Amino acid sequence: MESTLGLLALSPPGWGGTLLVGLWASLQIAVGAFVLGLLIGLAGAYGKIYGGPVLRDCLAVYTTLVRALPELVLILLLYFGLTDLLNQVLLALDYGRMQISGVVAGILVLGVVQGAYATEILRGAIQAVPPGQIEAAKAMGMPAAKIARRITIPTMLGLAIPGLSNLWLIATKDTALLAIVGFSELTLATRQAANTTKAFFTFFLAAGAIYLAISILSTWGFARLERWARRGDPPRAAGGR
Amino acid sequence: MMRVMLQPHRIVMLMIALALVVWIVLAGNWSWLPKYAPMIGQGIWRTVWLLVLSLVIGFALAVPLGLAQASGPWYLARPAQAFCTVIRGTPLLLQIWLLYFGLGALFPSIPWIRESDLWPLLRQAWPYALVALSLSFAGYEGEVMRGAFASVPRGQLEAARAMGMPRRKILSRISFPLALRSVLPTLGGETVLQLKATPLVATITVVEIYAVTSRVRQDTLIIYEPLFLLAAVYLVLAGIIVALFRWFEGRQPRRQP
Repeated sequence: MESTLGLLALSPPGWGGTLLVGLWASLQIAVGAFVLGLLIGLAGAYGKIYGGPVLRDCLAVYTTLVRALPELVLILLLYFGLTDLLNQVLLALDYGRMQISGVVAGILVLGVVQGAYATEILRGAIQAVPPGQIEAAKAMGMPAAKIARRITIPTMLGLAIPGLSNLWLIATKDTALLAIVGFSELTLATRQAANTTKAFFTFFLAAGAIYLAISILSTWGFARLERWARRGDPPRAAGGR
Repeated sequence: MMRVMLQPHRIVMLMIALALVVWIVLAGNWSWLPKYAPMIGQGIWRTVWLLVLSLVIGFALAVPLGLAQASGPWYLARPAQAFCTVIRGTPLLLQIWLLYFGLGALFPSIPWIRESDLWPLLRQAWPYALVALSLSFAGYEGEVMRGAFASVPRGQLEAARAMGMPRRKILSRISFPLALRSVLPTLGGETVLQLKATPLVATITVVEIYAVTSRVRQDTLIIYEPLFLLAAVYLVLAGIIVALFRWFEGRQPRRQP
């Protein structure tokens, strides 16, 4: 027991510090990918609802493809594809080759994946906003951007948050996949520590506990956020559903 | 259906997609394909049976997990809930590695396991992969089944009890069929998610289709073509799953309007 805790100590003989550095990288990527996914999702949802037929079909192809392919395959495809594309653009413009940093690549790739799911979640939520509200805002002469900011987004937030909460949990867990392309986040750091010390259970259980803590804390946080977002809703009928 | 597909812009998009596929097929370097074809076939087969077995085992575990949470006594409901939370709160990759590397390091140090008949099995990677995938599916589906059992209309259960049905029979004749029918659409989506989880087992040396294409990429140093093939395989498998579930849903009896 003594030696087990010693392995998890923060200073160098222990591996706790390595795990924390990995955790920090994981969190950075998860937050970045989630935010990028939200932005893509918001644009995608508006495109799917209000866009022309071509835009709508293109978005349908994007969401279908991304949701049908394993994240691992997408990560490989996008990682090589995006770096290649960027370097070819850079070479064409007479700049030198560039290596995308692991964090940026992770955020871009997972953001594109998250964007597909966010598109569907936000589209559903936006369509659940009573059309009368939006018609009223249009009748008052509100410009489209203001309608989105003042009417649509605040109203749909309460409906979208449960789905977005799930999406955030997926984002935190999907960062583990970057371990396979060799990016040193929490899971890979854990494996390195475990391989070196041969204390597999100690480290994998410790990392599991960290992920679980993130998941439980976020679930609690999103529940509070949902309560806040629904503060203006009429009280729901008892025994609903 | 044909009418919807034949709008002018869709025809153009289809042509572009077709041209893209033709270009990939013609311009790509596919010379490795004949040599690796048997391995690829075997890889797809492994992916499929890992998927099917883990679905069956996982679902068989998910039913009692859901039932325990929806209507079990607290000493069954609490552990079931904890199991689902832990599985859903940690990455599958970590679970796979914990089982494979953790148990894999522990088992050889226990003499009676090493002498048992199961030892040749436990020295391979796929049992760990199958167990990890099954437990993961059980965790996610346990939560889904909890909702399904909880949403079985009370009146149905009361009617069954009033008819004097024993509890087991209520479960097999009333609760389970109704719950299963209500989760069918969700189950289709979850099955696709499970398919997308299978490549993770390549990290513990199970040679399924993802591992085969990685091997091709390492051997031939061709980056994209094997990835495109891999993507196509998963798209086809996902399409088959969706079509199967749609067919199955269509066969469910529905109240006539």
